Amino acid sequence: MAFRGAVITFPGSNCDRDMAVALEKVSGEPALRVWHADADLPDRLDMIAIPGGFSYGDYLRCGAIASRSPVMRAVVRAAERGVPVLGVCNGFQVLTESGLLPGALMRNAQLNFTCREARLTVENGQSLFTAGFESGSVVSFPIAHHDGNYFADAETLDQIEGDGRVAFRYLDEVNGSQRRIAGVLNAGGNVLGMMPHPERAIEPELGGTDGRVLFESAIGALVGA
Amino acid sequence: MKVRVHVSLKPGVLDPQGRAVHHALEGLGFDGVEDVRVGRLIELDVADGTSQATLDDMCRKLLANMVIENYRIEFPAEAQGAV
Repeated sequence: MAFRGAVITFPGSNCDRDMAVALEKVSGEPALRVWHADADLPDRLDMIAIPGGFSYGDYLRCGAIASRSPVMRAVVRAAERGVPVLGVCNGFQVLTESGLLPGALMRNAQLNFTCREARLTVENGQSLFTAGFESGSVVSFPIAHHDGNYFADAETLDQIEGDGRVAFRYLDEVNGSQRRIAGVLNAGGNVLGMMPHPERAIEPELGGTDGRVLFESAIGALVGA
Repeated sequence: MKVRVHVSLKPGVLDPQGRAVHHALEGLGFDGVEDVRVGRLIELDVADGTSQATLDDMCRKLLANMVIENYRIEFPAEAQGAV
């Protein structure tokens, strides 16, 4: 069946086109584009992607306003039905603010906007999005954020670690994240939020192809079944 | 009715901005500053009679992120003894 993926655009999103290109290159199907004010999502979606950027100018808190927008109510309902949702960078912030993922993303500990390649350890190579990686392997994704410092209380951290819900961890210290967490899965495993940008690592010309594996894992599983 | 909502980081949550402000104060020669925490003040003008429960709801659903922040609601007119 033809893959149906959607990319949400908020005012201030700036990685939405990159995300759509990644979905299109890997799936061979056009990505549907959804505007933040839409109360309904296209039907029969295989996957929803929430891109990076600075939705609503990061007003109040990063992702706070976007997570209360009409389309996010529909995304939350879809996620609860089991539709796969990928949130990258600002998309991760939107997912924590919406309550789909635990924790919060705070200002980087060193206060700098950090824009570079980051090496990550794949902690869980079994999930929908990470099955193409080997658990424990090291991958390299670009990071570009000011507020990627993952925080959750110790009890929550113990729980998500114990349940295999840490998808990626920074190999080196980059932003002060608790336990160097870079990407988190929800309890159902169908929602992944991560600060590093897999959509910026899908072609050798972009500097790497590790990100492509993530899209191939998810899209392959969703359409190949 | 004027309402002030003070949003602050929970105790135990590291505050990188507070730390930077702390360093800057020391750099200006202010000694004896033990700690600095940066918060946010939100001023609302709401309909008279808006209940405490509604204000709490606003704080919990949007104004504060309860994972990392606490909030305190203040009624400045009352504090000054006005009607």
